[in-house]
Amino acid sequence: MGKKGIETLVGLFVLLGMLGLVFLALKAANLTSFGGGDTYSLTAKFDNIGGLKPRAAVRSAGVTVGRVASITLDAKTYQGVVKLEIDKGVQFPKDSQARILTAGLLGDQYIGLEPGADEKNLAAGDVIVQTQSAVVLESLISQFLFNKAADAGSESGAKK
Amino acid sequence: MNFLALLGARALRVLQSFGHAAFFFVDLLRAIPVSLRRFGLVVAQIHAVGNLSLVIILSSGLAVGFVLALQMYYALVTYGATESLGLIVNLALVRELGPVVTALLFAGRAGTSLTAEIGLMKAGEQLAAMEMMAIDPKERVLAPRFVAGMVSMPILAILFSAIGILGAYVVAVLLIGVDAGNFWSIMQDKVDVWRDVGNGIVKSAVFGVICTFVALYQGHETDATPEGVAYSTTRTVVISSLAVLGMDFILTALMFSTP
Amino acid sequence: MPSELHPAGGDTLIEIDHVTFGYDASRTILNDISLRFQRGKVTSILGSSGCGKTTLLRLIGGVHAATSGRVKFDGEVVDARDRDQLYRLRRRMGVLFQFGALFTDLSVFDNVAFPLREQTDLKESMIRDIVLMKLNAVGLRGAAHLRISEVSGGMARRIALARAIALDPELIMYDEPFAGLDLISMGVAARLIRTLNDVTGSTSLVISHDVPECMAISDYVVLLANGGRIVAQGTPAELMESSDPEVRQFVRGEPDGPVKFHYPAPTIAEDFGLGAGGGR
Repeated sequence: MGKKGIETLVGLFVLLGMLGLVFLALKAANLTSFGGGDTYSLTAKFDNIGGLKPRAAVRSAGVTVGRVASITLDAKTYQGVVKLEIDKGVQFPKDSQARILTAGLLGDQYIGLEPGADEKNLAAGDVIVQTQSAVVLESLISQFLFNKAADAGSESGAKK
Repeated sequence: MNFLALLGARALRVLQSFGHAAFFFVDLLRAIPVSLRRFGLVVAQIHAVGNLSLVIILSSGLAVGFVLALQMYYALVTYGATESLGLIVNLALVRELGPVVTALLFAGRAGTSLTAEIGLMKAGEQLAAMEMMAIDPKERVLAPRFVAGMVSMPILAILFSAIGILGAYVVAVLLIGVDAGNFWSIMQDKVDVWRDVGNGIVKSAVFGVICTFVALYQGHETDATPEGVAYSTTRTVVISSLAVLGMDFILTALMFSTP
Repeated sequence: MPSELHPAGGDTLIEIDHVTFGYDASRTILNDISLRFQRGKVTSILGSSGCGKTTLLRLIGGVHAATSGRVKFDGEVVDARDRDQLYRLRRRMGVLFQFGALFTDLSVFDNVAFPLREQTDLKESMIRDIVLMKLNAVGLRGAAHLRISEVSGGMARRIALARAIALDPELIMYDEPFAGLDLISMGVAARLIRTLNDVTGSTSLVISHDVPECMAISDYVVLLANGGRIVAQGTPAELMESSDPEVRQFVRGEPDGPVKFHYPAPTIAEDFGLGAGGGR
């Protein structure tokens, strides 16, 4: 096999590798949906972030419009401070609400943005004021039990 | 008492061989820039090590993709979660099976071929002849093969994963009837390019260094006899495989410990 | 047949100065050897297997460092640890390995061209001319296109010789050039060694245990014994007429003499159960 022949084959090999990489990156991963677009930052504070993790999705009407960049604790107010990166092409009114929702029954948690009615939009670096924390299962259960106990108590009280 | 002495001597010899291997590794690294100037040599070696491994890598990738899709389907169907099939197959391949299985196959095919070639060159005094001609065999013979291995492994691992996913698609969507849209979309949503694909590539690069280095070292240190060469090729496969699996554990812990 | 073209009085090209060497501490291969090799001459180093002839060659080439003593090439001490100096000196040496040590993945032409391509910047056309000239000198110009797997043992040695002289070295070392050759090839090889030496003015060092061929072509002979000591040295004529029993045994090929036929063993009585108790 001549030198030119070998060089061609090796070039083909490397090209195949690159095509495979492109395939994996685009078709099999999330490069297109949110890779290199321009983003702006917003911040939201929650009493409880639940199971939210960095790189979780930020969705509005179910459509992914951004990612959670970081989650930290505000040492003074003991609130969870979540920094969001939102697609530059999507603007939200100043009174939009950020809620922590769960995908499916036991799925990952993500941030849902519900647009408000304000004429002015949130600018880069703004804080989303209206937030709803994650639903914590234990609180739900203890609430349920408390309610049950209260009902039973009022029933027996009524019977007496 | 004698037994302890033997054990101690054995341990010392193992340490010494580690040290010897480390020096060899450093010499090899130092020889890389020179060999890159003779790029034709590197290209010829990429052909020998990469191109010629394509058949086994691609066929194995396809087979693994088929089987993975089938097995995961049976596991997921009980939970009604078959739309995640694409996602699971992708993650399994790109994060683990691609780099690791490719490395094991590479050690078996290309690694043994390298060890045997270098060992036979040593037995035929070709390396010594080169030395006496004032040409460093590390620069002319070993380093081009090392670079070729480092370059080829990631490419082979990528191709393994890619064809595995395609194979899984064929079985899952075309044969079993899982929804094609879900297959791709859930995969695309959850698989992260940098974290999953990128880390997989890093893994395969590390494995490439390991497998190629072990193969070249064993060939270089072989006894210049037929039995010596046979023994060295066996050692290449065993040591490469164990090192790859061990390194895989460490790398996985480092890369994927936080979800 | 010492040549008249290069009369005696030449310099010392290689000096072995009180050299002791062993591969490991238990076995000493060379024991306090001192030798001088004259420039322009063919010197043979004779001795039975394992007496250290090849080791001497390796020390001169700097493959190993002597445990004590020095090896000097053209006045410079050969330092096995200094790679740059070593490679510089090695470019002036050519080595013919025992079985050729040809590169099996290259053709005959490429093998001979190898040192030229690696060590010089000559154009391919010039390299082609030089390669064909060298192959012509060993009588194999027509075989240039063959693959190494297609050549016989004798041809392989000659190709290796062509490769060894490709850069016209000052010193050519031959490691057992006659081993395993038929009579014709042996004669050819011997004649080549002598002619090359005379025509190019280089120095030749022949390591061998083939007495007749070496005696025929050498100017000077050194006889080594097991344990690495010099038994005798001198012109071929001097050695052939020597009365030293060791020398006589070697040059005449006698089976028993100072070098015993039997490997050290217990007495026959012990091994075969004979003697006081009688057979079984």
